[in-house]
Amino acid sequence: MSERAGAKEEILGRIRAALRDAPESSPIPRAYRRTSEETMEARITQFAEMASDYRAHVRLITSSAQLQATIEQACRERSARRIVIPADLPQEWRPKGLELLVDENLPHESLNDVDGVVTACAIVVAQTGTIILDGGFAQGRRAITLIPDYHLCIVFADQIVGLVPEAITELRTARQSTHRPITFISGPSATSDIELSRVEGVHGPRTLEIVIVTEPRTSASI
Amino acid sequence: MGHESDGNHIRTGRERESVPEYRIMDISLFITCFNDTLFPETGKAVVTLFERLGHTVEFPLEQTCCGQMHFNTGYQEEAIPLMKRFIEVFAGAEAIVTPSASCAGMIQEYYPRLAQLTGDPKIVDAVEALIPRVYEFTQFLVDRLGVEDVGAYFPHRVTYHPTCHSLRGLKLGDRPLRLLGAVRGLELIELPRAEECCGFGGTFAVKNADTSMAMLSSKVSSVLSTRAEYCVAVDNSCLMQIGGALHRQKTGVRTLHIADILASTEAR
Amino acid sequence: MTRDTDRSTALPFERAAKISLQDSQLRRNLGNATQNIRAKRQRVVDEMDDWEALREAGRAIKERVMHDLDEYLLQLEASVTRAGGHVHWARDAAEANRIVQGIVGSHDVTEVIKVKSMTTDEIKLNDALAEVGVQAIETDLAELIIQLAGEESSHILVPAIHKNRAEIRTLFQRTLGVSDLSDDPRDLANAARRFLRDKFFAAKVGISGANFGVAESGTVCVVESEGNGRMCTTLPQVLVTVMGIEKIIPTWQDYEVFLQLLPRSSTGERMNPYTSFWTGVTDGDGPQEFHLILLDNGRTRVLADEIGRQALHCIRCSACLNVCPVYERAGGHAYRSTYPGPIGAILTPQLKGIDQAPSLPYASSLCGACYEVCPVKINIPEVLVHLRGEVVRDRQARGGLRERLNTETLAMKFLASIFANPSRYERAQRLARLANGPFARNGAIERLPGYLSGWTAMRDLKAVPQQSFRDWWRSRS
Repeated sequence: MSERAGAKEEILGRIRAALRDAPESSPIPRAYRRTSEETMEARITQFAEMASDYRAHVRLITSSAQLQATIEQACRERSARRIVIPADLPQEWRPKGLELLVDENLPHESLNDVDGVVTACAIVVAQTGTIILDGGFAQGRRAITLIPDYHLCIVFADQIVGLVPEAITELRTARQSTHRPITFISGPSATSDIELSRVEGVHGPRTLEIVIVTEPRTSASI
Repeated sequence: MGHESDGNHIRTGRERESVPEYRIMDISLFITCFNDTLFPETGKAVVTLFERLGHTVEFPLEQTCCGQMHFNTGYQEEAIPLMKRFIEVFAGAEAIVTPSASCAGMIQEYYPRLAQLTGDPKIVDAVEALIPRVYEFTQFLVDRLGVEDVGAYFPHRVTYHPTCHSLRGLKLGDRPLRLLGAVRGLELIELPRAEECCGFGGTFAVKNADTSMAMLSSKVSSVLSTRAEYCVAVDNSCLMQIGGALHRQKTGVRTLHIADILASTEAR
Repeated sequence: MTRDTDRSTALPFERAAKISLQDSQLRRNLGNATQNIRAKRQRVVDEMDDWEALREAGRAIKERVMHDLDEYLLQLEASVTRAGGHVHWARDAAEANRIVQGIVGSHDVTEVIKVKSMTTDEIKLNDALAEVGVQAIETDLAELIIQLAGEESSHILVPAIHKNRAEIRTLFQRTLGVSDLSDDPRDLANAARRFLRDKFFAAKVGISGANFGVAESGTVCVVESEGNGRMCTTLPQVLVTVMGIEKIIPTWQDYEVFLQLLPRSSTGERMNPYTSFWTGVTDGDGPQEFHLILLDNGRTRVLADEIGRQALHCIRCSACLNVCPVYERAGGHAYRSTYPGPIGAILTPQLKGIDQAPSLPYASSLCGACYEVCPVKINIPEVLVHLRGEVVRDRQARGGLRERLNTETLAMKFLASIFANPSRYERAQRLARLANGPFARNGAIERLPGYLSGWTAMRDLKAVPQQSFRDWWRSRS
């Protein structure tokens, strides 16, 4: 224990000695873009383009009433029969005719045995095609969007912001989730480690599918 | 002011003066130890050109070296007397022009640091007063004299290599290209991968000869691919590196300083 | 006359480069790779009309961090502790390793999973774990390849760049127990995936580095592409993160700057596939025991250098490596340090002491391409020149016969005395012209002795002209 306390004091001491003659640091200029002025339509289009760029399959629907059918169809196309869902995924979205596993702290091996996972998300960044999960409504814990090989993610149009700074701000202010585990997803996993030829899908879901609901969110909990 | 550098490569170059004054000027020439000894023809070309444009050129014989080689190799203490001598020699000069982007860069970017090392506030002030008066040759022509067409004639195929000091240090941008573009008869061919270093780097060429040569091989390859007769640049140091290989390999391609071309009014 | 020998035991850069320059596979792979990434980076940077503003913000934020580093570290310790994590302080590699050994030991495991972390490479953590009977499984594909091959990484971002697919296939067949395997990168990646998946589920302890740690909130993050980072920081019960003290950023909001600068600068993407953020521990999600080890290991020495401390601003993007003409040809191993390339050339001598890596500051032609692309505007050429001064001063301080007879020192002193006096200078010019004589033929010199022989080994040298410029000038009047 005393060695530990010694280390901290010594390091702090070294830092203070090192900086004794340091000049004052100047104010931080933030002249970069922090807000975007695009319309929602433009943001949807941009996000859809970015997502297709990294070969995520994107579907657009006009109302959350279509979600259940859309999810069913997506799973059918993929021959997915066993899907894990977070406990708070709304009933009216849940696909029928499939085996649904509600995640209540399932062991990792069970999560490995499913064909896919369906969740909502927190925020989406149009410029970079990034989906952000913060463990909020209908997202579940991180393991369920990590282990299954197929992730279908539901995005509401008014969750899409233009720029990264807007997302960072919203996580801190509107969502107040910065103390929670957060994941930024911008495509299925990829590696260019073998002769620099890009191979998609190493760990993490190798297929990412996105359903964008163009009507604004009606539920306050999302 | 002048000596700031943020490492950003801006295509159009950094502005030094907003309004060029076209009047007869007294130009003090800093030839550089390198050019004085190994490339006197470049100095002659600079003088010829300025006089042709109607200006007066002075050459303070007391000048020797700006100290760049010492400074860059780690002998910073040894560079201090050289800096002091430079300040003294050019104390009264209105405009100090040098046909060496690397030496102009040394003065503009590193003299302030060197001055700081002396701990003498008078030297720091002297350097601050010096820097705005120091110009690289093409910088002076375009920014201060406001000329791009200097009445030159050079009917040959030429490719231009932007030296690292001119490209990133002084950010000369396209000034040399604009000057070359106005030379009658000259066919300018773009150099592939132009922004890559030729491998000179001062003592690097000797201390790390193998790597320097590997870099030079790529540069030579690019030059040869243009099928130009001449490779031109604003620094004879880099041209010595490039020319050294072009000559050893018997390519028949020659190197020239931009001043040599701009001074030329007859076919070679 | 022998070349000046340095006190470190590693081969000096110029000798190491001489060897690696001959490796045609490395040259080809590295040349292709770096040109590729350069182009990708340029495309995504050109898209951003506020790129320079972001760079300036990044630079200023990191400068602020270094200026108040002690306060930010204390703030980070408090916020991580509040969030249920444990914070440890390590003065050097040995201490950091002891701490990790202790944590791992208390959990009685023989294997841990690891996300790639240069910081853990720096302290040689894997070796320290092996000493206590624990195997650290590298889970980044390239790191796995390197580990299985028993080699060292040669690039910050693409560590196995010196290996081709056929070599990797042979390696996997031998070490992963897979018999039927093609050399298609897709199949190779799949083989690695299957092998590692078992490890991810079985592991009780995960070890990571950190790209950034927010002082204000205690949020740590890992930026990656493959998903193994997510695996290692989410699935195990225990997570140990080793973080250099310079990785701090002041507030959560500052992520908005670095998460734009880093992906575009490193892989040339608008955003990398996965970034994971966590703060201490969270009930019901991920590791329930989190340890953050704050590592000094020479960073406070770097901090003490007024010019050199900007090297600590580095966010490990590797843009400087990808644009460096020296690195492109000599490769990472030639630097003989955890951190290669331009950033390695300024960081390693400062972390370890200038006498441990005196050749690195000279492993550069000072072209400045690195400075141009550095997302946080580290003036690498300025630091290189400054460190060269340190090398010379260090050598001069050691003194002795070796220093007094050092060719370069003698030459520099000689030249300085010539330049101090115009008449001495002109005499030297005349001498140079005479010295020409035996060497020059048809205006060119093809061979020079001693120190300068490196030049004429591969290049001709123009002969010294008969009339200097000043002679001509005088003759005019």
